[in-house]
Formats: sequence, structure tokens, C-alpha cells
Amino acid sequence: MEIMQIQVNGKERDVPAGTSVATLLRDLGLDGRMLVVELNRRIVRPPEIESVQLEAGDRVELVHFVGGG
Amino acid sequence: MTPLEIAGRTFASRLIVGTGKYPSPEIMLEAIRASGADMVTVAVRRVDIENPDRDDILRTLSPDEFSLLPNTAACYSAEEAIRAARLGRAAGMSDWVKLEVIGDPDTLLPHTEELIEATRVLVAEGFVVLPYTNDDLITALRLEEAGAAAVMPLASPIGSGLGLLNPLNIRIIKSRLSVPVIVDAGVGTASDACATMEQGVDGILMNTAIAAAEDPVEMAGAMRLAVEAGRRAYVAGRMPRREWAVPSSPLEGVPPPA
Repeated sequence: MEIMQIQVNGKERDVPAGTSVATLLRDLGLDGRMLVVELNRRIVRPPEIESVQLEAGDRVELVHFVGGG
Repeated sequence: MTPLEIAGRTFASRLIVGTGKYPSPEIMLEAIRASGADMVTVAVRRVDIENPDRDDILRTLSPDEFSLLPNTAACYSAEEAIRAARLGRAAGMSDWVKLEVIGDPDTLLPHTEELIEATRVLVAEGFVVLPYTNDDLITALRLEEAGAAAVMPLASPIGSGLGLLNPLNIRIIKSRLSVPVIVDAGVGTASDACATMEQGVDGILMNTAIAAAEDPVEMAGAMRLAVEAGRRAYVAGRMPRREWAVPSSPLEGVPPPA
């Protein structure tokens, strides 16, 4: 299996080549959570999560709501 | 008390509260309920991948009970704030944003140029923009021109608890804007909230004054009463100030001394 490196919330992570955003979320145990996925500064809408494939060097941000003023 | 209306939506409470810096999620929820606020601000931050429940505000606050108002705190440019606003919209399925563009880390005063620019861009994208700004009329007018749904000048710096430092500027802003004026930041205790509402502004947004009180739930209740008292006193119209005493009891009919 070919491995590629991406960044998730600023940390390097090795994933199998061709991993989709949905697979990444499942592997992280985050599927089904209320969060927003940003891929290379572009928001990935929920309907696109299954179809969008990650590429080497991609930068993924996973964000949610926390307390703030 | 008449409800607060922003962008065609009405809120029973004129108090909007933040959700940061509470001793625990349980105290936060109890305090917010005690404040009577319908709308609460939240921040958008990275998920802790090792512990995703940590800091997840939706574990404590239900969007069915409160309107969530995402902020763009810690953004220092229009570009960063626009990105944060889009993330907040995607997370909350709401077009409302409390827009902050900070210009300096020690005072947390707004970068007004970038703020006006970000307001313009986000309004064009369909956002309901509530910008946090300083107590300056010209900036407030430019934000209104840029399409802000309300303008939110500070009472004093964020988290300072110094109270309303320039009531004159706040009154001037209120008198010249058509959109609602919500004083955001600086209130320290209930008397500050009351005095702020007595200037005639439409509402107050606060966080630290409640969250950092020794008893946040009790302070939240005090703030609820203070905001209502200040609003009602403003609507009632205060008596004129006089330099000399005027007796309250009749001068006639006083029994003569023996």
C-alpha cells in the first residue's frame, strides 16, 4: 500500500494514497461529529466528504465550536 | 421591556453573553440560563484529535435552546476574519457572525480599516455581520455603510472590567446610527451594565464579567436585572440634574416649634 504524508491540524500524518476525507475522519474516530473540514483553505461541504480524495502535502483543518466571547 | 431586534430577528433579552473562561461547562450553562440571554457567542478552533470532546461547546449548549453567534476572535486581518467567519457559518449553519479584527495584542483594540473591509466582503456573501469596534463615531458610521446589521462599540478593553469609560461617545454613536448599537466588552459589574443601558443603547454583549466573577451564576442573574433596569430607566427618562436641593415634602403645614 502506497503511503503519503498530509497535515492534519498542523501535524504530519501518514495515510494510504487515495484516502478520502470521509476515510480520514473514520480513521481518526471523528466521523459523525459536528465539525468543519477545511482542505487547503477551502471548506469541504458534508455532501463532498465521501468523494473528495486527499493528495500528498494536503493541509487539512478540522474545527468546531468552543467557548469564546 | 420591548425585545431587541437585529436584522429582522427579535430577542427577548437585550443581553448577549460569551461562553469563554467559565470554571466548568456546568457553571457556564447555569450562568447563561440565569442571564436570560437568547444569543451566545462561540469561537471556532481546531478539534483536539486525541480528545475531540475536549472544549466541544455543543456538548453543553444546545442550538435549540440558544442562538449561537460565532466570533472571529484572534484574527488580525480581514482575510483571517473572513476565513473564520466562513468556518463558523459552515459549523453552525447560520449566517450570523460577531466580527472581530484585532489590531494590537496588548489592548485588543480593533483594526478598523480591516474591520470595515471584512464587513463589506462578508455582507456581500450574505452574512449578518455584527462588528466589534471602538467607541468612534466615524468608524461606526462606516461599518453601518458597509452593511453591518448592528454595530458593537466597546465600553473599555476586552476582559478589562473597567466599565463604561466614555459614555459621551456611546451616546453620540447611538444618536447617529440607524442600526442597533450593542456595547461589547469592558463591563465589569452590574452597575456598569445598568449605566451602559441608561445611555440608550440597544443591548450589551459580555463574557468575562460573568465568567470571571467569584459566583458566575449569581453575577449572571445580577446582569440580567441590571440590563433590564438600565433599559427601563432610559425608556422612563431620568429627571433633570440640578445643582441645588429641591425639597420633596411640602413646606406648608409644618407644625410650629413649641
